[in-house]
Amino acid sequence: MTSGISKKIKEIRFSLLSPEEIRRMSQVKIITADTYDDDGYPIEKGLMDLHLGVIEPGLRCATCGGKVDECPGHFGHIELAMPVVHIEFIKEIKRFLDATCKVCGRIKLTDEEIKAYKPRMYELMHSKADVELLEINIKKITDEAASRTICPHCDAQQTKIILDKPTTFREEGIKVTPKEIRERLERIPDEDLLLFGMDEKVARPEWMVLTVLPVPPINVRPTITLATGERSEDDLTHKLVDIIRISQRLRESRDNGSPQLIIEDLWDLLQFHVTTYYDNQTAGIPPARHRSGRALKTLVQRLKGKEGRFRSNLSGKRVNFSSRTVISPEPFLSVNDVGVPEVVARELTVPVSVTSFNIDKVRELVKRGPSPRDESGRYIPGVNYIVRPDSRRIKITDENAEINSERIDVGWTIERQLMEGDIVLFNRQPSLHRMSMMGHTVRILSDRTFRFNLAVCTPYNADFDGDEMNLHVLQNEEARAEARIIMKVEEQMLSPRFGGPIIGGIHDHITAMFLLTHRNPRFTEEDTINMISYVDVDHLPDPEIIDGKKYYRGRDIFSLILPEGFNARFSSKLCAGSEGKCPYEDRVEDKEVYIRSGKLLTGTIDEAAISPFSGVIIEKIFKKYGPSVASTFVDRMTRLAIGVLNVIGFTTGIHDYDIPEDAVSSIRSVSKEAVAKINKLIENYQAGLLEPLPGRSVDETLEIEILGVTGEVRDQSGKIASAHLGLNNPSVIMARSGARAKMLNISEVAGMVGQQSVRGGRINRGYTGRTLSHFEKGDIGAEARGFVQSSYKNGLNPLEYFLHSIGGREGLVDTAVRTSRSGYMQRRLINAFENLKIDEKRRVVDTSGSIIQFSYGEDGIDPAKSDKGRAVDVDYTIFDEVGESS
Amino acid sequence: MARFNVLNHELVPEHQILSKKDEQKVLKELGIRKDLLPKISKNDPAIRALEELNGPIAEGTVIRIIRKSPTAGVSVYYRMVSGSEVIK
Repeated sequence: MTSGISKKIKEIRFSLLSPEEIRRMSQVKIITADTYDDDGYPIEKGLMDLHLGVIEPGLRCATCGGKVDECPGHFGHIELAMPVVHIEFIKEIKRFLDATCKVCGRIKLTDEEIKAYKPRMYELMHSKADVELLEINIKKITDEAASRTICPHCDAQQTKIILDKPTTFREEGIKVTPKEIRERLERIPDEDLLLFGMDEKVARPEWMVLTVLPVPPINVRPTITLATGERSEDDLTHKLVDIIRISQRLRESRDNGSPQLIIEDLWDLLQFHVTTYYDNQTAGIPPARHRSGRALKTLVQRLKGKEGRFRSNLSGKRVNFSSRTVISPEPFLSVNDVGVPEVVARELTVPVSVTSFNIDKVRELVKRGPSPRDESGRYIPGVNYIVRPDSRRIKITDENAEINSERIDVGWTIERQLMEGDIVLFNRQPSLHRMSMMGHTVRILSDRTFRFNLAVCTPYNADFDGDEMNLHVLQNEEARAEARIIMKVEEQMLSPRFGGPIIGGIHDHITAMFLLTHRNPRFTEEDTINMISYVDVDHLPDPEIIDGKKYYRGRDIFSLILPEGFNARFSSKLCAGSEGKCPYEDRVEDKEVYIRSGKLLTGTIDEAAISPFSGVIIEKIFKKYGPSVASTFVDRMTRLAIGVLNVIGFTTGIHDYDIPEDAVSSIRSVSKEAVAKINKLIENYQAGLLEPLPGRSVDETLEIEILGVTGEVRDQSGKIASAHLGLNNPSVIMARSGARAKMLNISEVAGMVGQQSVRGGRINRGYTGRTLSHFEKGDIGAEARGFVQSSYKNGLNPLEYFLHSIGGREGLVDTAVRTSRSGYMQRRLINAFENLKIDEKRRVVDTSGSIIQFSYGEDGIDPAKSDKGRAVDVDYTIFDEVGESS
Repeated sequence: MARFNVLNHELVPEHQILSKKDEQKVLKELGIRKDLLPKISKNDPAIRALEELNGPIAEGTVIRIIRKSPTAGVSVYYRMVSGSEVIK
């Protein structure tokens, strides 16, 4: 495929095959329904005649003399004993019969009308006009002609023709045979065809009634030889056999003067077979079946639908050297790695060209055979195939490995099994952004799942509730180099969406780092070594000696994994979101993270420091030290997190939400107060005393006021609950460190669930004037509109539960609607932008070189390399270089 | 004449007609042919307003548009006046 004649398609024209043309392109007239003789040799003038092409190695085509892969196959033909209609043209045949005179064959329009319509039709046929427009015109003209009951040309009285589906035409109840139909269509003069949208140069209406049937080459309907040596014919061949048999019987019956009834039966049978040969799912016809009862797959079935030629083979692309399986987490892998099961690694291969430099190694590799293991029984790569310079492939087995390793020479290629360190592409659908497909290095593991570091869940949007992912093995050096340099996970750590990290610690990693650094706890030497043993760090921090025992501080342990010379300063997430004075953290010690020369001096490491989307430390390390240092930091951080949690221990459960009796009662009184307040509001409203807010009606004002009250109670109950739940509470630790959930969720469990809403308002649907039949009509009180006073822990009463479900469903519906809409929008955007590129002057240009934007994003900044959209973070750079200043 | 002038609206960026000399300079700076510039219809309200002020504008004239940009502060854009009704 190096060169060839390139031509541009100017136009495509559809036409009908004429019987002459079918005969002309045919290499052989098929007269016998047999395929092979007893020796398995194709019978002459049978359906497998050698003139139709070859599919068996060793034989040569009788038409072109080509061998198996050289001969493209050739058509044959069957002369049908009697004409039959072509099922795919039924509609058109009906239109012709309806619109033309049964006697003279002219279109039933006056000469004036014909003269008026012709130029318009000519124009539509010969311009690039919309096909739909053409069809509308044809329908208009032919409908007009069909409505005439007397021919304007010969004054003959017309009769109505009814299509008795699928293939029978009736005229006043009497069947019109295909032969008659064909005769009528023949009478239509060429000049009138234009008005039917037919070009007389390439098509005649009578060609829609078949007298000759083309027989496709055997390449289209190959014989399958089963392992038992039994031959199995293609569905199309089966159908063609039926057609020839019936055609023969029909010819014999006709020639020896059988009764008309028998002939007609056979004719109908022939029509059935030809119809199902084209489309075996024609409405009104039972599908032709295989002996086993399976419906045959005939021509239309090959093309149509999702599994048809178009959608499956032409629009759809499939690849080799790929694999798919369930994913599971493996915290001891680097973010750059992917754990590949041995079974997968044995199957997937990388081509290695044999050169004078590697021939000895390659011979050694081939000698191992297809399933080698080292002395200790561990996986080592073998070779599945070797490819000769003439691209013949030889499968390597344990038996032939030794001999084949000798045969290999420079210029051969071997297909080596996957080994540790190979680069592969790893992907999870839907692939919504470029981080959905990243380059990983292979680690061979046991079992049957793909495994990876939890920090990579975020870019793939993966979890482990049964998700599957795909893996692709790259097949050439160029692709591997590209994957290593631009697709590797560590290269993709910053998202082009917001210029911040997309890879970072999640859930337990954040909890662990929080526990390690908050209030800077002391750990014994034993615990410290235990934690550090999870990380490739070979020294301990400076100890604190108390009573002759060595102790280590959490922040010093964390500092071990920071790169040397790293500086950062920012606020922990701890107090974010709390209004006014933060109840716990008035201590700068805990709140303000201060890292100087790779030492964490103050502050708590939490979501703001290490999480995807916001992790300042990850972002700054990446920007200052580059991808490999940043990925090493994430590797160590995630491992250290496991170590820390293994030492400290961390458990959450329902008892996290136990609050003292007096707290419960004060929450209850707060909610009672709220209900009272709401009732008061409603009273005022009903008395007409409610003052409307500016720009609002009284009704709206009431709803807003009530929502205000319910919001207030929820906050209050949350405050009461959290006043009793301190930072020694695991759930609170998770919420405040940003590992999982919000304080709001905790107050929902411990305190009160609060007002349920649909579309931003209180629940107001169901029966007329009420949400449930348990309320009176017109009740707009708190309970009737979805104010849930219970907590999740104590449980909701049935009414609350029902209303809560209404509110909960809204969220589900919203996500379902949103994903489909945004997905479609994204698709349109991608299609609009796919052929734009940034040139060397940072301009956005299209393929013709036209300028779209004079500087990308108007500022020429690559968001993936930017600092949250800005070119440089001046404050940080000064802080980093100069130290304390502002 | 108290007719509304779109160019004075705060949401309409500044449009300037480039002289032939400036045009050559700009094209040389960009290193492209004129027809690769983005287009602006001669029926565009901004072009009509400019015509009202400065007399007819020929097709092929280059217009400099100075816009406020959320990313770059100020961004300069060039468009070539095109005769066609609809711009692809």
